[in-house]
Parts: sequence; C-alpha cells; structure tokens
Amino acid sequence: MSNPSDRNQLPSRPPEPRISDPAPGGLHFGIGTFAFQYDDATGTPVPGAQVLRDVVDEAVAAERAGLDSFGIAEHYRRGMMDSAGPVVLAAIASRTETLRLGTAVTVLSTQDPVRVFNEFATLDAVSSGRAQMIVGRGSAIESFPLFGYDLAQYEELFDEKVDLLMRLLRDQPVTWSGRFRTALTEQVLEPQVSAGAIPVWVGVGGSPQSVVRAARFGLPLMFGIIGGSLSRFAALSRLYREASAEFGQVEQPIGMHVHGYIADTEEEAVERFWPVWSAVMNAEAPKRGWAPYRRERFDAEVAAGSLLVGSAETVAQRIAAGMQLVGASRFDFVAAASRMPHHDKKESIERFGTDVAPRVRALMMQPAEAATR
Amino acid sequence: MTVPINRVAILGAGRVGTSIARTLVDAGYEVTLAGSGRPANVEMIAAFTAPGASARWAHEATADADLVILALPLHRLSSVNPVVLAGKLVIDAMNYWPPVDGTIAAFEDAPAGSSVVVRELLGISHLVKTFNHTGYHDLEPDRRPAGHPERLGMAVAGDVAQDVALVAELINRIGYEPVALDRLEHGQQLQPGTPLFGARPTADDIRRSVTSSVVHSA
Repeated sequence: MSNPSDRNQLPSRPPEPRISDPAPGGLHFGIGTFAFQYDDATGTPVPGAQVLRDVVDEAVAAERAGLDSFGIAEHYRRGMMDSAGPVVLAAIASRTETLRLGTAVTVLSTQDPVRVFNEFATLDAVSSGRAQMIVGRGSAIESFPLFGYDLAQYEELFDEKVDLLMRLLRDQPVTWSGRFRTALTEQVLEPQVSAGAIPVWVGVGGSPQSVVRAARFGLPLMFGIIGGSLSRFAALSRLYREASAEFGQVEQPIGMHVHGYIADTEEEAVERFWPVWSAVMNAEAPKRGWAPYRRERFDAEVAAGSLLVGSAETVAQRIAAGMQLVGASRFDFVAAASRMPHHDKKESIERFGTDVAPRVRALMMQPAEAATR
Repeated sequence: MTVPINRVAILGAGRVGTSIARTLVDAGYEVTLAGSGRPANVEMIAAFTAPGASARWAHEATADADLVILALPLHRLSSVNPVVLAGKLVIDAMNYWPPVDGTIAAFEDAPAGSSVVVRELLGISHLVKTFNHTGYHDLEPDRRPAGHPERLGMAVAGDVAQDVALVAELINRIGYEPVALDRLEHGQQLQPGTPLFGARPTADDIRRSVTSSVVHSA
C-alpha cells in the first residue's frame, strides 16, 4: 500500500526500467500549444471549434516538418480551447503517422488517474503506440475550484495521483488506497498497455522540491521555462541527476519547454511577436497582480533570457547552447502560447521543424561552436 | 538586537528560498536552509542550487540565527512553530497571491497587509517585510553594487527602526538600494496588484510610488 502523504518516502515498489524517449544519445524536438482563440483579419474572434480544427492542422504541419511530438496544454478559461487534450490528440492521431501525441501539461492534481489512464491508453491504442504526457501543476489554478480540489493540498494531490497513475501504467492489477479517491482492489483497466509503454514526464517550473520529486518517481523531467536566464536550470538539472542516483533510479532524459517565434529576420520576428506576446502577458498581469509587461523586459528576454524570438539561425544557436548548458536531450518549442493567428503559428511550427531542429542537431554535434555562444 | 547580522536561517528551500540563499552566500553571510523535508533532501537541494548554504531542521537552523527569513508558500505558514522564532528578527518574503496560490481565509481580510497577519499568526514582534516585490528569477541578475547607475531598489518595511536598519544593511550588501518604510503595514504597497510588484523599480521609483512617509534611505 502506498503512503503518498509522506513525501520523503520512495514509491513502495521500484519502477521498471523502460526505454526512454529520446534514447540515450538521441534528441527529441516537439511542439507545445495552448489553443488560444484569436481574431480573424476583420478583428472578429474565430469560433472555438475552428481554433481546435486549426490545432489539428498545426499538428499535421509539425509531423510534415519532421518533428517528433506535439503537446497540448490544459486550461479552463475564457478564450482557451485546450480543455480536453486527449480528444484533440485522437483527432490528430487519425491524420498523422509518426508524431508522438502528448500534453504540456496534464494537470494531474485535479484529475482522476483512472480516467487519465483510460484516455491515454485509448489514445495509445488508436495512435498505434504514440501517446505520451507531461504531468504537472501548470501555472493556471482554475482547475482546482472547478473540480473541487484545494490548491493548498497541491503537493499531496500530485504525489498521490502520480503514484496511482504510475502503478496503473506499470503494474496492473493494482491494489491501492489513498486520501483522494476510492481504493482499488486487484483492479485491471482496459485497454491494457504494456508496462511503461506510455512515457510520463514531470513538468516543473523551477522549484527544487519538484525536481527532487520527479527524481524520486524515476520519471523524465521537463522544465517549463517562462522567464529569466536558461542557465539557472543547469543547477536544477545537476540536482535532478544527483537525486535520481540517490534514489536508485534509472537515468532519464531532461527536456526544455520554451516559448518563441521564428521569422525571416530578427527584426521581423520581434516586431510580429511583441504585440501578441505582450497582449497575453498584459491580459494576465491584472489578474495575477503583476506589474505591466514592458518592452524593455521583452527585449531583455529575447536578447539573453528565455524567449526564443528571431531568425532560424539565432533561435537554433540559442537552443543548442541552452540544451548543452542544461544537459537536455528534448526540446519542445511553444509556438502558440498567444492569440497569434493560425497561419502565423503554423508557419512558425514549420520553420522550427524544417530550419531550426536540424540546425540544432548539427550544432549539438559540434559542442565547441555552440558553447562559444 | 544590535549585533550585526551574520547567521541567517531561511525557512523554505523552494525557488524563493534558494534564490535568496545564493545572494546571501555571495554577500558573505552564513546561511542555513530548512525545508519541508528531511535535512538530507534539503542538503541535496542546497548543494546544487545554493552552494555554500547548509541544511538543517528548522528548529536547529533558527536556534543560533541572527535573522530568520520566511520564504515558504504562505499556505505552509502553519507548519512553522512560532516558538523557534521567539525574540528573533524575522523577514517576511512571502506574498498572499490568490490568483497564483489560491485563497487562504486568514488573509482574505487583511486591511493592514499580509505581513501584519503573519506577525499576528506567529505572535512575534520583530517582523520586517522585504524581498517579496522582486521576482525570484530577477533577484540575482538585478544585483548591482552601491553607486552603480543601474542599481535597483528594494523596499524594507517594519515597525521597529532598529530592525529595519539591520535588514536595510543586508539588502545593501546583497546589491540593492534599500528604501526603508517605517511601518510594517506600508508593506501593503509592495503586495501583488501594486505598481511595485514585480516591476524591478529603482529606489526613486519606490519612493515616488509609496505614498507613506519614508523615514530614510539607509
């Protein structure tokens, strides 16, 4: 039986080692999306149903551009259509062949791990083994009151639900009890998946405790990076490696999930991204009590922080340098966390797949060149 | 409480606690971190994210500390045993931030600001509010030595002038221009939703923004 309330305790049964994605020595490039509603050319909001069909189209474009995965976020707020990710991913599955289909992130603390298993096992079946997910808190909190959970219990909820989800994914039948849902006895869920077949990453925003928690669960780590220098994640990456070894866990890959926009030139990228990005930040600012988002902050983030905005070459150089610094082998480019029109998002996704990802691969083969940046 | 600050205990080994720890280690302070887990876990966190800081249980870390910094999520405040803070100089680096952390009943009605509630809940007298209006990922890159043209400001609010002066000197040493505010309740003007919150203000920006009396610039 698990004791998820003790956050210092190892899972009672060590997880089975599994093949990691990317495999050691390999690299993985994916797209993250948020499904924001946007305005058409006349300034009229495009219907939410159309936004979701656009997301499917963007995923198809991502596969054609040679990318490895497509991840959809989870929000429950006006103007955001990403409230039922697995359904969208199933639609994408029917129009793609190789693309890994995932989330960024699944807000596991406010979901039922049994339901999550059902949905992702089904997605894995209809996509012939392409389901994956990143679980985490996310930065939005709407799901807690919406589904009747207490945000103050975030850590306890997350620990318990990851524990149950990983049992369901790794060692059915499951006998389990916890604080937040009905106990299970010799439970088998259909459709069955082979143990560890669906990759589960833990998404963290930079909290050292969350990094240690991911290591304790033996799960790969995805850094969700929304501001500040990429270099501050290097220390957390070393912490993750050390903690994984300490807990006797198999070495797992590290990924980075970073926002950006790619255009022909630096100037074009900056001028096209500033209006949509500042609009998103300044829509959030009054809700979250932030100071207004100013151009100087944006310019600093573009120059040396965590916004990857510029030409394909500039963005590739910064990604390669960041991945080497952090020791990451997966990079998810968030091409659509704004009210940017479908056409522009799709173009940025295509540029990332066709121009940036191959260039990053090449740069990663030449550590000296990237390291000088 | 006239001895200069040397030993600092930080309660909370998260993003905020470890960022503050790094700036204090750099400035030559002796820093101990205490988190919600066992010291062994916190020690690992400290080793990688705040090298030079040590890790102990909260009651050990605070026992010989000249200053204690509260850098834990506000909803975890009840996990702090007020006894270990008795008579100590304490910094409240926390924020009541419902859109990010959810609501907490005790802080919903806080006409004098969240730090005054913290002081009442803990039953302590030497509480100073600072650090809270700066983003944890700005804290280190924004440090500048005294006299630097790009030096930013950091507000320091408290009711006891001596406490404010001691903390202001620490803020000065880590690389910000302290702006002393002579009442803890003036900390309201540093909270989420105010013009200063997350705004990377200069000392003059803070002085212009804060409508209360500013006793002095330490």
